[in-house]
Amino acid sequence: MIPGSFEYHRPESVDGAIALLNEHGDEARLLAGGHSLIPMMKLRMAVPSHIVDLQAIDSLHGISEEGGELVIGALTTQHEVLTSDLLAAKCPIIPEAAALIADPQVRYCGTIGGNVANGDPGNDMPAIMQALGARFRAVGPNGSRDIAARDYYEAAYFTELEENEVLTQIRIPTPAVGHGSAYEKQKRKIGDYATAAAAVILTVESGRCISASIALTNVASTPLYAEAAAGALVGTDLGADAVDTAVRLAEEITEPTSDGRGPADFRTHVAGIMVRRAIARAQKNAG
Amino acid sequence: MNAEVASVEERKQNLKGMGTSRRRVEDARFVQGKGNYVDDIKLPGMLFGDFVRSPYAHARIKSVNKEAALAVPGVKAVLTADDLKPVNLAWMPTLAGDVQMVLADGKVLFQGQEVAFVVADDRYAASDAAELVEVEYEELPVLVDPFKAMDADAPVLREDLEGKTEGAHGPRRHHNHIFTWEVGDQDGTERALADAEIVAKEKITYQRVHPCPLETAGCVASMDKVNGHLTLWGTFQAPHAVRTVASLISTIPEHKIRVISPDIGGGFGNKVGVYPGYICSVVASIVLGVPVKWIEDRIENLQSTAFARDYHMTGEISATRDGRITGLKCHVLADHGGFDACADPTKFPAGFFNICTGSYDIPVAHVSVDGVYTNKAPGGVAYRCSFRVTEASYFIERMMDVLARKLEMDPAELRIKNFIKKEQFPYTSALGWEYDSGDYHTAMEKALETVKYKALRDEQKANREAFARGETRSLVGVGVGFFTEIVGAGPIKNCDILGLGMFDSCEIRVHPTGSAIARLGTISQGQGHATTFAQILASEIGIPADQITVEEGDTDTAPYGLGTYGSRSTPVAGAATAMAGRKIKAKAQMIAAWLLEVHDDDVEFDVDRFVVKGAPERFKTMAEVAFAAYNNVPPGLEPGLEAVSYYDPPNMTYPFGAYVCVVDIDVDTGVTDIRRFYALDDCGTRINPMIIEGQVHGGLTEALAIAMGQEISYDEMGNVKGASLMDFFLPTAVETPVWETDFTVTPSPHHPIGAKGVGESPNVGGVSAFSNAVNDAFAHLGLTHTQMPHDHWRVWKTAERLGITA
Ligand SMILES: Cc1cc2nc3c(=O)[nH]c(=O)nc-3n(C[C@H](O)[C@H](O)[C@H](O)COP(=O)(O)OP(=O)(O)OC[C@H]3O[C@@H](n4cnc5c(N)ncnc54)[C@H](O)[C@@H]3O)c2cc1C
Repeated sequence: MIPGSFEYHRPESVDGAIALLNEHGDEARLLAGGHSLIPMMKLRMAVPSHIVDLQAIDSLHGISEEGGELVIGALTTQHEVLTSDLLAAKCPIIPEAAALIADPQVRYCGTIGGNVANGDPGNDMPAIMQALGARFRAVGPNGSRDIAARDYYEAAYFTELEENEVLTQIRIPTPAVGHGSAYEKQKRKIGDYATAAAAVILTVESGRCISASIALTNVASTPLYAEAAAGALVGTDLGADAVDTAVRLAEEITEPTSDGRGPADFRTHVAGIMVRRAIARAQKNAG
Repeated sequence: MNAEVASVEERKQNLKGMGTSRRRVEDARFVQGKGNYVDDIKLPGMLFGDFVRSPYAHARIKSVNKEAALAVPGVKAVLTADDLKPVNLAWMPTLAGDVQMVLADGKVLFQGQEVAFVVADDRYAASDAAELVEVEYEELPVLVDPFKAMDADAPVLREDLEGKTEGAHGPRRHHNHIFTWEVGDQDGTERALADAEIVAKEKITYQRVHPCPLETAGCVASMDKVNGHLTLWGTFQAPHAVRTVASLISTIPEHKIRVISPDIGGGFGNKVGVYPGYICSVVASIVLGVPVKWIEDRIENLQSTAFARDYHMTGEISATRDGRITGLKCHVLADHGGFDACADPTKFPAGFFNICTGSYDIPVAHVSVDGVYTNKAPGGVAYRCSFRVTEASYFIERMMDVLARKLEMDPAELRIKNFIKKEQFPYTSALGWEYDSGDYHTAMEKALETVKYKALRDEQKANREAFARGETRSLVGVGVGFFTEIVGAGPIKNCDILGLGMFDSCEIRVHPTGSAIARLGTISQGQGHATTFAQILASEIGIPADQITVEEGDTDTAPYGLGTYGSRSTPVAGAATAMAGRKIKAKAQMIAAWLLEVHDDDVEFDVDRFVVKGAPERFKTMAEVAFAAYNNVPPGLEPGLEAVSYYDPPNMTYPFGAYVCVVDIDVDTGVTDIRRFYALDDCGTRINPMIIEGQVHGGLTEALAIAMGQEISYDEMGNVKGASLMDFFLPTAVETPVWETDFTVTPSPHHPIGAKGVGESPNVGGVSAFSNAVNDAFAHLGLTHTQMPHDHWRVWKTAERLGITA
């Protein structure tokens, strides 16, 4: 539980961080809240020789709305997300999910940028961002580009982000007024990652579902955007048949591993239950 | 008259003696972060040790190359078994009469086994260097399943025992067999089973778990080469025994060894045994001439430092059709891992498992236990229980429910029908224990009444009907558990560890100004001894508890004792405290009589003073007597006011309790919600009700953890699965329900103050209550028993097997 030795850098600008990444290549790792990276270093599963701490870069903090988009700086902590009035009013699924991450101590340090950048299939925010259709802004030596959350994850800990890029912002199209959302997460205890979890976002007009998106956490090596499952809801009155179909389609795309949380068949089953419950709750709070 | 009564009360309150919820004196430092744990000890020039551990569960060691590790700046030494052999320390004796490798000698027997010990200037260098020690392994076939341990073709684990047909506990009949232990009347039991109207049989596994104290194990060894003195600070639950063992195996004379247990962050049996880290630190300090510290991390603790349980029990219980039990049989296959390092009294290789007739008047019983070696970590410690008592309690309490089901009888009713009756105490059980006192019927009736048991069963009936109609997906389970513990080991006639009788001790010095210090042979790890033992003394000798310092854990100052585990501190050291107090009081009485110029027999003790019989206005307070003890004692009496007592208990004590647990199980997710948990404990005389309640809360929380999630499991290669707190279930406040506590008081007749011990009761009684509740939820669907832990997926699988999942 003792990390290997490393050199510590604390740049004050994104450019400074990028320069350090360029200089040290794959020997360098960005450090945000440290609550994923440091445990890995203590287990020596990650042995970076250079740590580039992002904490001193002011521009990476804060939550705002810019022309139809909610913009969250990468260094915004999960605690800040949890207590944001703007998000509570316009996009309550984010604070709802943040409250289900670990415990207050982790949330005071852990950042939303680190959470989505990390590529750990256990992290909760990636599925939320896929359901919301968010884009991640990546800044590198050649400028900035946006990557859709739905395209970002390749495999566990492998993402679209280049080695010399910094994820600076999460940009979310402000969800429609009156949308319904829910995040259902089953876990063994406080501080545990999901056995399975589901994010559901719906808009409902006079009893009819006019749009839906569903994403799943920790039932594959990446978060899963359950496009077909959501499609089965659109245009329906969210009756039993439509929900059963959505649940089945969501279960079909899961590929969980067996671990201490349970064997694969159980985790797939729980994913289905989470989808079912999230649909019901999202439907209830829509309108 | 009234004024005088009030003043007696006031004087009593002023003492904060027995029965007072006195605040814990320890907490002032703990809540300020000012505790002093082993890892807080920093000595000039101190080095740090770290282990190279085996990645394999069973492998031969072909070679160890230290070169790269020794080249790391700051590294002072790398020890292997070959370095320990010249001093005869490559192996060490275990508490169970076996031997254990200190560092791997030729082979490894479990994943995480200690292979080499790296000593360096700081932890970072030690850790870096440990990664660079090159060990060449040749993998051997791995034995994980204890049921295959005694197969003819099972791999030979212990080559050192080759040809040894006699073990520490009798004949060995296979190379992986450790012992067979039998108690009771086998023929009689077989007859009872054969003749019975009803026999219920069940296979019950109590999974391998781990005590997981918040503070892991560690030590600081400091050898002073000038005077030959060794000082050893460590997380020791039995510091005196550690000193004796250290002397025996190191050949350093015992008077030159000082063992100190500073504050300990929880023990739960995990810190009773002797670990390779202690020996390696001592050797390293001797070799290098400077202090050496070793502290394990969490993963090391969970992987290699003593586990608990791992009992595979097959039970048969027979009864008449109307529910009177006629016999009980139990066979246990005990998985001890690679070495038998159980912490049990010498004559009890399966501890006090033969308390498994529980609280019931069972006419005949037989128990046999087979201990076997497997490629797993050694241990088998008493995790917050007396030796193997929670296994025994879990066994009988599950068997009672299994039998109730078969009889179609209410489980509470079956228990009440078979309880040992109040008038039968002292009661000798079919398996040979003499229960000191009990009033089980009163306790059970109070419990059932408080929880409104009948109403719960009615609610459950309605819930099952609603479930069948498809109106709910949640099932209600009601778990009833009743336990009898056996604690306070123990009488020297049958209890010793490595030949050391299991007495305990207290030494008291009363100072001239009427305050005092008491030293004991035990050591608190969170139990609050400094608070409660002062209360016993306050009531015994009339000095306010706030003026009594209680000190434990330093072998240079404390009297010899066997330490704290198995709920033995109050039954044994608490008794020694009262007895030493009585010696003080007897001498004080002589001095008081002398001061009052009356005969010894004409004064009597009154709360905090001695009064002349019939003339209460003539008295001497304890404070006055204390001062006189140093300047004005009766002729012929020595000055001073000190006493020491070594207490050899005449019997164990037998705390008991009635627990009821109500759960709501979501059959779709397997999530079990603990709706209610009621715990009635009878621990005899209650010294500090607040501390009792705290102990019950803690013990129930650990019981919850064990029943609902804890497990140290291995894959088929012998890899430990989930040895971190991400997987190993340590409940937080969120998972922990509100505990309802209650009590009855049935004093122990043989204990000087009638106290029985309570710290472990809730773990012993709690596990079965949780498990019974989960099993009960599915009972109407034909379930008799499902294995712990009752985590989400196992509960869901049970529901799936019963055909009620969607
Ligand atoms: C006990 C415990 C329980 C937890 N439970 C949960 C849980 O249930 N759900 C959950 O979602 N999370 C959980 N976490 C993880 C926690 O939320 C982390 O804080 C989060 O995953 C990572 O954020 P961080 O700021 O701590 O990132 P760090 O640990 O600092 O970094 C994580 C990774 O992301 C990279 N990175 C960080 N920021 C950026 C950036 N701006 N641009 C590019 N790369 C970046 C780092 O280089 C590193 O590889 C848990 C953590 C702990 C310790």
